[in-house]
Amino acid sequence: MSIETLFTLLGACTILAPIMLLALMGLTMLAAWPLSERATARWTQATVFLGLLSALAILALMLVTGERNVQFDVGDFVALPNPEHFHFHLRFMFDRLSVPFAILSYVLVGTIGAFANHYLHRESGFRRFFLLYAMFLLGMIVASLAGTIETLFFGWELVGLSSALLVAYFQERPAPVLNGQRVWSVYRVADAAFLIAAVVLHHLHGEGDFTGMMGTGSWPAGECALTPNDALIVGLLLLVAAAGKSALIPFSGWLPRAMEGPTPSSAVFYGALSVHLGAFLLLRVSPLLDMSIWLSAAVVVLGLASAIFAAMAARVQTDVKSALAFASLTQVGLITAEIGLGFRYLALVHIIGHACMRTLQLLRAPTLLQDYRNLENAIGAHLPPARPTWDRWISDRWRLRLYRFSLERGYFDSLMDQYILRPFVRVFHWFDVIEHKWTDLLAGTQSRESDRMPTAPPPAEDFV
Amino acid sequence: MTPPNLPWVELAIVLPLAGAIWVRLLRDPELARRHSLIACGLSLFCALAAWASLEMSAAPQTTDGSLAYGPSIGGFLFTIDSLSAPLLALGALLYFLVVLATLGAKLRLMSFASIMVSEALLLATFSSTQPWLLVLLLSLGTIPPWVELSANHRPLRVYSLHALLFIGLLIAGETMLVVGQSQGEVSIAGIALLMAAALVRSGIFPLHCWMTDLFEHASFGTALLFIAPMVGAYAAVRLVFPVAPDWLLHGVAAISLATALYSAGMAMVQKDARRFFCYLFLSHSSLVFVGLEMASPVGVTGALCAWFSVGLTMAGFGLTLRSIETRTGRLSLDKFHGLYSHTPRLGALFLITGLASVGFPGTIGFIGAELLVEGAMRASPLVGIAIVVAAALNGLAVMHAYFRVFTGTQHMSSINLRSRPPEVIAILVLSALILGGGFYPQPGVASRYTIATELVERRQQSLDPADRQVAKVGVAMNADAPE
Repeated sequence: MSIETLFTLLGACTILAPIMLLALMGLTMLAAWPLSERATARWTQATVFLGLLSALAILALMLVTGERNVQFDVGDFVALPNPEHFHFHLRFMFDRLSVPFAILSYVLVGTIGAFANHYLHRESGFRRFFLLYAMFLLGMIVASLAGTIETLFFGWELVGLSSALLVAYFQERPAPVLNGQRVWSVYRVADAAFLIAAVVLHHLHGEGDFTGMMGTGSWPAGECALTPNDALIVGLLLLVAAAGKSALIPFSGWLPRAMEGPTPSSAVFYGALSVHLGAFLLLRVSPLLDMSIWLSAAVVVLGLASAIFAAMAARVQTDVKSALAFASLTQVGLITAEIGLGFRYLALVHIIGHACMRTLQLLRAPTLLQDYRNLENAIGAHLPPARPTWDRWISDRWRLRLYRFSLERGYFDSLMDQYILRPFVRVFHWFDVIEHKWTDLLAGTQSRESDRMPTAPPPAEDFV
Repeated sequence: MTPPNLPWVELAIVLPLAGAIWVRLLRDPELARRHSLIACGLSLFCALAAWASLEMSAAPQTTDGSLAYGPSIGGFLFTIDSLSAPLLALGALLYFLVVLATLGAKLRLMSFASIMVSEALLLATFSSTQPWLLVLLLSLGTIPPWVELSANHRPLRVYSLHALLFIGLLIAGETMLVVGQSQGEVSIAGIALLMAAALVRSGIFPLHCWMTDLFEHASFGTALLFIAPMVGAYAAVRLVFPVAPDWLLHGVAAISLATALYSAGMAMVQKDARRFFCYLFLSHSSLVFVGLEMASPVGVTGALCAWFSVGLTMAGFGLTLRSIETRTGRLSLDKFHGLYSHTPRLGALFLITGLASVGFPGTIGFIGAELLVEGAMRASPLVGIAIVVAAALNGLAVMHAYFRVFTGTQHMSSINLRSRPPEVIAILVLSALILGGGFYPQPGVASRYTIATELVERRQQSLDPADRQVAKVGVAMNADAPE
């Protein structure tokens, strides 16, 4: 068997494993033949192992052969004949960025899968969780290994949908549902920016292929084929997309809300993987950043501002998951700033280290009080209060202001509600009233039956 | 395997008509439903066979003297071509699924005879390439909902006014075109009137109120079947597109884009599920118009793909809402209903169809949406951005509705609300089509591209002064025979 064939085989296994898992979970749920908890756990373990081993084997092969950029070309998903120059190409890329990220995804998702088997045992939403888990895994793997911007978008959307539905996992209560809706709203803004960037890139460059766009050099080398101005436009759109996905300011509000979901999903998705996807996107298009100093500066400023804000917000949270969420954001902000400054490998190592540590912390979060008690028993006294040395330099007035700012999470959510959401709703309510009057006028009577319609269900025997 | 040489198109039209007459004689609603289902199923089979015959036949490409695109098959009156064959099958499928998923509570409220008459009219419309016949069928198609509204003593004025306006514009426009043709010129006023008729039928702003009014007063099934196949777009493509001047298309594209954005915003603030559905559909169908009016191969291909996918996915979405209404009565979106634990499969279908309609990756709507945006970006980046914004708003509206209907509380019910076998079949069929079309879109896109290029070429010919005379004869609406 030639090396190329081996690469192809392993690449296919890496990508097909989560597809198989999602297909299995989805079809059995749709056909109402739900798998048992044990079968669900075994299938999950088997497919995650298959994918992980394949990814590790690819890494080993790359190290042995010295190959640094392996392309796995699936072909054109859709292509229009010339002269239209439209093709949606499915290509996966195994390089120094994608392989570590895919392995990280498999390791963390696999760990959480094993944890969740016990944590969610006999929960009514057990199978729903694993369906969304499979969707998330597929999204992460596709996004990690994407060789074209359209393929990355494919994975990006799957991650977004599964994340929003996982935040609303405890769906019998309104609060998680409203938080899930908020997460989805921010993601849609990010998705819209991403899609526009992808289409603009297609428009400017003729294709969305990363190799074509970044030159022949493997990551992080490579030279962007766009002009500085074009790079700035596309880069800023991608920065908005990354900011939405990684909860950078002004989109930070969704991250603590995401902690409403079950601990396993909070740990792996928002604490470790999902929140790094924006940074991954910036890493993937990093040659674009090299083309424009303004773009790089914007990335650095946004990253640092997010890190400072999150560091302050983390200090005033009253529950451990929210505190960890903002601690995550601090690190993601720093990672973003590193990317903007050109430290690509540092950022990659930072992502991997941070994701692993944060997963551990979030998984330990439910037993935090027990851990504290053990510590205090061990030292025989209360733990000393943590008080930073620098706060003596700040006046009480400013300290109070900063405290309020941090407690209100930077007012970002309330500002968005006040200046975007409410005016939007008000305007369309006004249109609705006008339409109501207009149809009443045309009908010559009260035209809206729904205003008067009882919402009581029909008699039971009607349905039975 | 080639289907036997039978008049499949005529059979697809006649079977529901015969079924309507037969069902009218039946007293038992359940029996009427079963017989209607058989008639609709046979009609669907014939529509599929007609499509297969067209694909496998070596029918010649039609030339001047017909409104058909690509190869066509059929008889004296009814002909299908590459444009209408999938629409014929789609129309027949929608009627079949609606009758299939009609359960106890709806049986007594639904007139199956009326449903099948409207199916026959729809299939005849999609099989018609002769202008006056098309005008007649489009006009007749407005009658079944009117009859239902009238029979149920519902307010009629809003619907009647718009239907009369539609019919008047159609007849006036076609008459002016014919008169103009007899004088050796193309009547721009006639074209504009026909386009206005298509816009009224499609509910383009500000002439959309009849659509929300219809959803308010008619049964959900009737309203859904009246709008989902997008007959207005069909009228525009057949009658207007090849001869419409650029300024008219650009104007219509601008109005359609405004409608898409406006409806997306309105869908977000609706409190009634039916009105929400109506605005969501309106937003999608307007995007189809935007793509068509771009008059470029990529844009028109995107519009044709989106047409099919929106018809399928929004019909599935509507069917889901209708099934939920069967269980809960009229659905309000200003409170949570928490139905997921009772009907998880309906919840899944709600998400699949809703997200497919907004072009979620891996579903049938994805490529249509991508092509639409790509075509729009080539025409104008601002239009492309506006389409993306409309799609994003629609995505928000779909998830908002999902959360309201299926989550947020625990729904208490004394009866079992699980999906019934007919609903399960409908769910599986729709899911298979939506996901299958999403994973293997190339054949559909390639066939739509062929039609799009022919549409655009024919249009360029007709607008080219050197070819104007030829085009007038070819496209100016009064072909003596389709073949």
